Amino acid sequence: MANDPRSLKTASKKVSHLGSAKSGVGEARAMHLTSVALVPLTIAFVWILVTLIHKDFTAVRAELGQPFPAIVMLLFVGAGIYHMKLGMQAIIDDYVHEHHLKDWALMANIFFSVAIGLACIYALLKVSFA
Amino acid sequence: MRARHCGASGFVLWDAIDVWMVALFMAKTDTRALSLEDRRPLSPHLMIYRPMLTMMMSIVHRITGAALYFGTLLLAWYLIALAAGPAPFATVSWVYGSLLGELVLFGFTWALFHHLLGGVRHFIWDLGYGMDHPAREFLAQGTLVGGLLLTVLVWVVAWFA
Repeated sequence: MANDPRSLKTASKKVSHLGSAKSGVGEARAMHLTSVALVPLTIAFVWILVTLIHKDFTAVRAELGQPFPAIVMLLFVGAGIYHMKLGMQAIIDDYVHEHHLKDWALMANIFFSVAIGLACIYALLKVSFA
Repeated sequence: MRARHCGASGFVLWDAIDVWMVALFMAKTDTRALSLEDRRPLSPHLMIYRPMLTMMMSIVHRITGAALYFGTLLLAWYLIALAAGPAPFATVSWVYGSLLGELVLFGFTWALFHHLLGGVRHFIWDLGYGMDHPAREFLAQGTLVGGLLLTVLVWVVAWFA
């Protein structure tokens, strides 16, 4: 019926909702956005951690409680967690084909990412404000 | 095997890696004994291509990405211990300061920088540059060497800090 030459449907209407074009474009764009953000953030993150080496508990608390390092760390964790969630999702989509296993894996990916992200953010806020 | 195509790199190290990868990936299989279904994919795929540096960098990009995914546990543990108090922080400091801990953190640093440079490489491609053969090869080698150099640089700085 889709190939009926008398059909008045446009080419676009004939194929809409039939393909795999679902949320993929938005995810690809989010991946690019977080990638670009993570270039300076990763360098800053590594730099902050290097300055913390050999410092004791009180000193590290004081350093990471400062606004600049804390905000950089929060941005890094935020962008990083979202980036890695999308990345692992792509890996699962590529390699896990069994229906139920795939659903569980995608769910576990979200649980892991959210848990790690919230744990890091909570810890950073506590270091800053406690 | 590589020598015929070489020219582009001329690095003995790459040839050594290449030969090793060939041995690893291209174990001969008698495909005639398999059913049609088992012989799929019938179009050229990973096992049929000669391993190339650009291909290996693509695979390593994904592997380092997955490693960093689980590596976030290291960061989470460190930050939670810091938030929890001096005793948990002393534990995490001891573990990360141990030989095994430093080895893992060294690997984490390398994975981070390798993946970072791999991302920059993808960004260059997204802008439409660096897709011809010499540029691809240069970017692949740059990712590999750059990642290692940055890792060593950070650890040298950390050592003297």
